Amino acid sequence: MIEIISAARCTGCNICVTACPTNVFAPVPGGAPRIARPDDCQTCFMCELYCPEDALYVAPTALAPQGLTEGDMPATTLLGSYRAAIGWTPATAANRAVDTMHRVLKGD
Amino acid sequence: MGTASSPSSQSASSESVLDCDVLVLGGGPAGTWAAFEAAAAGARVVLADKGFCGTSGATAPSGTSVWYVPPDAGRRHAAIVSREALGGHLADRSWSARVLDTTCQTLHLLGERGYPFPLDEAGAPIHVSLQGPEYMRLMRKLAKGAGVSIRDHSPALELLVDEAGAVAGARGIRRQLGDLWRVHAGAVVIATGGCAFLSRALGCTALTGDGHLMAAEVGADFSGMEFSNAYAIAADFASVTKTLFFKWATFTDEDGAVIPGAASNGGRSVIARHLGNGRVFARLDLADDAMRASMRTAQPNFFLPFDRMGIDPFSQRFPITLHLEGTVRGTGGLRIVDETCATRVPGLYAAGDAATRELICGGFTGGGSHNAAWAISSGRWAGRAAADFGRRVPSGGARRGAGTVGLRDAGARPFDPAAAARRVMGEVHPYERNYFRTEGRLTDALGRLDGQWAALSASAASDRNDVLRAREAAAMTAVARWMYRSALARTESRGMHRRMDHAGADPAQRHYLTSGGLDEVVVARRAAPALPADMASGVAA
Ligand SMILES: Cc1cc2nc3c(=O)[nH]c(=O)nc-3n(C[C@H](O)[C@H](O)[C@H](O)COP(=O)(O)OP(=O)(O)OC[C@H]3O[C@@H](n4cnc5c(N)ncnc54)[C@H](O)[C@@H]3O)c2cc1C
Ligand code: SF4
Ligand code: SF4
Repeated sequence: MIEIISAARCTGCNICVTACPTNVFAPVPGGAPRIARPDDCQTCFMCELYCPEDALYVAPTALAPQGLTEGDMPATTLLGSYRAAIGWTPATAANRAVDTMHRVLKGD
Repeated sequence: MGTASSPSSQSASSESVLDCDVLVLGGGPAGTWAAFEAAAAGARVVLADKGFCGTSGATAPSGTSVWYVPPDAGRRHAAIVSREALGGHLADRSWSARVLDTTCQTLHLLGERGYPFPLDEAGAPIHVSLQGPEYMRLMRKLAKGAGVSIRDHSPALELLVDEAGAVAGARGIRRQLGDLWRVHAGAVVIATGGCAFLSRALGCTALTGDGHLMAAEVGADFSGMEFSNAYAIAADFASVTKTLFFKWATFTDEDGAVIPGAASNGGRSVIARHLGNGRVFARLDLADDAMRASMRTAQPNFFLPFDRMGIDPFSQRFPITLHLEGTVRGTGGLRIVDETCATRVPGLYAAGDAATRELICGGFTGGGSHNAAWAISSGRWAGRAAADFGRRVPSGGARRGAGTVGLRDAGARPFDPAAAARRVMGEVHPYERNYFRTEGRLTDALGRLDGQWAALSASAASDRNDVLRAREAAAMTAVARWMYRSALARTESRGMHRRMDHAGADPAQRHYLTSGGLDEVVVARRAAPALPADMASGVAA
């Protein structure tokens, strides 16, 4: 479930407010959005993909939060790790055309 | 309606009113293809999504394999025939051929429009899968580019009908603004996805059967609702379901002993039974190094929860669960009456998971692929037909909202959406009720679900803050009743529908089941297409 919006990284662009499919966030004038409806989070990681600042962290547990706060911010290697993996950062754009599903589908 | 390329708007009291030729409800693959196609045909199109078109629905956060077969008659025939037994011989070869054709053309079009398909050694694109975030971001762009007006965070609550009973628009809420919207349209496409009953399956939270309920309220009916008990494997702490990857798993019990017969395909019921008594663990240790690497780059999101928990799924055991995916990876949905994906109600079309997929996969979707192909194909056909129909309907005229439960005062009893939703979930999530069906357990559950429907029907209208949740709970209640009533009527096991008291398929029941109705649920048989000559012998029908 969504657990952290890093106030240090967030620019308040509110892209996540729009992009979250289940309307979890609420805008806060002049600041980082609020995680207003955490129970509605479907742990889909889409907000991480759309945040240009890698300011969000979705914890892996779908049923209950892990109880993280900004102080528990995970290693920077995990922040934005999904965005990098699918090629949505400038440095990793080549990953967009890497899809090995055909091998998995064939593979036995 | 007019020839202007953008919808015209006006304000009426507190509702914003838009006028267009085609209204598409739902912005997943089916909805975006429908909208794109309708706009390309010259219609003025509005697409309203409950969430954000591009991230919402079952495809967006996932990776989907697609039923893609190049235009080679032999290969296509083989692809169609290979799945017939799995689906209980209810698929229709002519529909399968149409879907293969349209899907193939569409994937080529996607490549031309910028989808980054991976390339083979010879540099040719490989079309068998689509990455959800990339695909749906592009679909939003293509729809917008075609002139579609997209309304995000705008769930539809009810359909509007004209004096003759034809569908003429919809009404909904703008949940981030707290006000209402109203769209007058010549035709409406229902592309609101399947119903997964708020299980935690990836991308399924918005999929509560809203479109099913809205369509039933104007008189549409359903087919194949007994094929609605798809369960997918996931780590028990995670949302990400990807049953395919568990082909390489060893399944063990609490003590580490291998569970005989447990498998992702053909052994999922063994897993379900064990989960009834204790925990089940998996380790993907059957994948070799090359396959492990391929899995990582095939579906990065599968590994996110593991990486973040510090678990190596290839070398460490982790507890698993089965998430209900309901009709999302089931095959039942709105019945379509012709090749345009029209429902039986004039002006109303259905596409994607909201519609029945029995025509191409019978009673079982297996490892997917067919659903993605169906969403593309049915979306394009419905969009085209809705444009032709909607543009001929004269604008103006009286319209009334067709919605029932949660929208109109029918009594003083307050409607508690969260409690109602929980009660439906309690009837449809448990394996012992929905996976392993029996007459007794289905009848008991139906008694409670019918009671809930009657109670909700006699409740007060919900206020604006609660109305979406109320409609979702009402929709899930209605869908569960069509499901279980159909499941009760099919006294055999076929496709994914499994009756503990009727093992095996009964040749006399190789038919479709139509269901529908709100206060009174009815189920009727329809003939399935004749068995092809090459199947007629030796098949247990
Ligand atoms: C984890 C997972 C993996 C899958 N993998 C595969 C695969 O590999 N291959 C395959 O073929 N299929 C797969 N499927 C199935 C596939 O995802 C669906 O068939 C496909 O998404 C259907 O598209 P759709 O547009 O009909 O519905 P969806 O993509 O679910 O979209 C429905 C849309 O309707 C919107 N909506 C809902 N209610 C309302 C309302 N009241 N008003 C307005 N909008 C509303 C939702 O917000 C959503 O955007 C998978 C499904 C899951 C859950
Ligand atoms: S998208 Fe990222 S930067 Fe923008 S408001 Fe959300 S968290 Fe902050
Ligand atoms: S994980 Fe998905 S549902 Fe949860 S906040 Fe992020 S985008 Fe929203």
